[in-house]
Amino acid sequence: MSAESSQEPLVELTNVNFAYDRRPILTGINLKIPRGKVVAIMGISGGGKTTTLRLIGGQRKATSGQVKVAGQDVANLDSGGLYRLRRRMGMLFQFGALFTDMSVYDNVAFQMREHTDLPDDMIHDLVMMKLEAVGLRGAARLMPAELSGGMARRVALARAIALDPMLIMYDEPFAGLDPISLSIIGDLIRSLNDALGASSIIVTHDVQESMKIVDYIYFVSEGKIVAEGTADDIRNSDAPYVHQFVWGEADGPVAFHYPSCAYGDEIHEVAGHA
Amino acid sequence: MRERLFAALRWLGKRANDRIWRLGFASRFFLMTLLYSGTALRRFFLTVREIYFTGALSLIIILVSGLFVGMVLGLQGYDTLQRYGSSEALGVLVALSLVRELGPVVAALLFASRAGSAITAEIGLMKATEQLSAMEMMAVNPIARVVAPRFWAGVVSMPLLAALFSAMGVFGGYLVGVQLIGVDEGSFWSQMQASVDFREDIMNGVIKSFVFGVIVSWIAVFEGYDAEPTAEGVSGATTRTVVTSSLAILAADFILTAFMFRGV
Amino acid sequence: MNRLTLDLWVGFFVAIGLASLLFLALKVGNLSASTGGETYRLEAKFDNIGGLKVRAPVKSAGVVVGRVSEIRFDSDNYVAVVAMQVDGRYKFPRDTFATILTSGLLGEQYIGFEVGGDPEMLKAGDVIKKTQSAVVIEKLISQFMFNKAAETGDQQ
Repeated sequence: MSAESSQEPLVELTNVNFAYDRRPILTGINLKIPRGKVVAIMGISGGGKTTTLRLIGGQRKATSGQVKVAGQDVANLDSGGLYRLRRRMGMLFQFGALFTDMSVYDNVAFQMREHTDLPDDMIHDLVMMKLEAVGLRGAARLMPAELSGGMARRVALARAIALDPMLIMYDEPFAGLDPISLSIIGDLIRSLNDALGASSIIVTHDVQESMKIVDYIYFVSEGKIVAEGTADDIRNSDAPYVHQFVWGEADGPVAFHYPSCAYGDEIHEVAGHA
Repeated sequence: MRERLFAALRWLGKRANDRIWRLGFASRFFLMTLLYSGTALRRFFLTVREIYFTGALSLIIILVSGLFVGMVLGLQGYDTLQRYGSSEALGVLVALSLVRELGPVVAALLFASRAGSAITAEIGLMKATEQLSAMEMMAVNPIARVVAPRFWAGVVSMPLLAALFSAMGVFGGYLVGVQLIGVDEGSFWSQMQASVDFREDIMNGVIKSFVFGVIVSWIAVFEGYDAEPTAEGVSGATTRTVVTSSLAILAADFILTAFMFRGV
Repeated sequence: MNRLTLDLWVGFFVAIGLASLLFLALKVGNLSASTGGETYRLEAKFDNIGGLKVRAPVKSAGVVVGRVSEIRFDSDNYVAVVAMQVDGRYKFPRDTFATILTSGLLGEQYIGFEVGGDPEMLKAGDVIKKTQSAVVIEKLISQFMFNKAAETGDQQ
């Protein structure tokens, strides 16, 4: 494809706005994911990070602006084109989203069976390669209910890379993991990205873990990008919001208090009623 | 006062709008299910697997209920018929009530609560745990892969279950009427055969159960797919499946009966 | 769940489902009796058909030989025209007498054939000439009452 020159970023969001029921979620987002890089989108919960992933995956359409993946405008694709594009994307959902009625093996084999006509023994070899990459070849016969949270996440990762995607998206890959599983997943994200020659987007609020592995970071707050840069840039940033986030301070631009009237007034009011 | 009236009217209008919108969405969903049925029929194992869950696992409840309903019909029917000295007509009474009405309707009600609720809960949970979303991101259409096989399994299972229910019921009526009370076996069967018509009664019963199968499966997959992706959302959807499909079965039964047996 | 066991269970389910449908068709219903063999159509005109309905049996000597297929009103002669599908294996003479009878006192009504002696047989589409209408119980009762009244009137 001529549109896919290697200089051009794999994913590019230009001036993207998105509103849900007229409630704005994202405003004026500009974002680039270069090829071969691991990029993090950070911010507090409910700040529109997951929505950004859904826009890139074509599950939501931007209200205005352009979302381009591999040179194609996602919003203009018909469902066939969108499905063709998605075959080259992998996505790891927040809690894995493994198919609970299938074994680990069948979960990883799912896309190969749906999208290819490969013979069973070749699928077997491919599945075992993917499971070996995440260290769970021995768990192939288990059902998802028998896995721990960290193992389920790794199986989901194996499933996401089943068709060797060009783009891997991670939705909160570190949420709810113990420190060991956390660093296993972190290492896997980096090493799989480099081994596959893919590009990765990580949506997360786990600062310390992601700082170790990512090349570039976008900070999203209230639907806007408030800061961007490499891990060092972010760590040394003096933007108050970023500072609060990185160092995990309880109060700052993101207030501890939900907006309310003055405390004194409220107290008087109650006292007046009594 | 006027404010209140307006508020009430607005509330009513919003409810009506929501209902109509949902019905429209459900109809579009139904068409999509039919449209994307190719996978369910081409890779028939997907559907066979669901037939196991919807049909084969409903066998026990259908067989036992059918037997008991038939036995009760035998007792009650005999009690009434013998007052008019026509207890040999017991077979006719049992068979006609089962084949025309009770078989399709009761089997469908049981099916809605046994299999329909399970389908809704399963699809709803798949939605709540992002499995449907994950499937979509893997370029696999969840309607084709998850919804359509369950829908067709329900449509295939329902007439078979209704026939089983009726057959079991006739057997139950036979046990009570002939074996227990002592109605003449010959007249029990022969009067039954003379009065139950294959096309008028049995085929119409099969058509009814087919229609009920479509209705229940449709409601079950739709409620699951449309469920709020939370624990309360899924449990609410499951309840709605049972309530809505029970009402729909009874309403559809009235309409079908009015059309089928009008001339007789 | 192993695929083979699953197939087995579904196979079992479908098999007994179809078996019960067959049971309903053959043992409960009348599919075995009316095997859909060759039939031919006869017509008969009645002054009054009483409560005769479509699909009522046509019997001769107590044996079901056919079914009523259609009932309509002939507005030229003001009579009811009853069409019957009669089993092709049975032939009846041209002077066969068709009567509307009732099985038991309150039972369903059917058409009875009383066979005459004509050497020529009825063909498909023929009309039976000799018929007797249904006995309408109200008429019977009023006749009886009228006769009784007349008798008592005579005695006085």
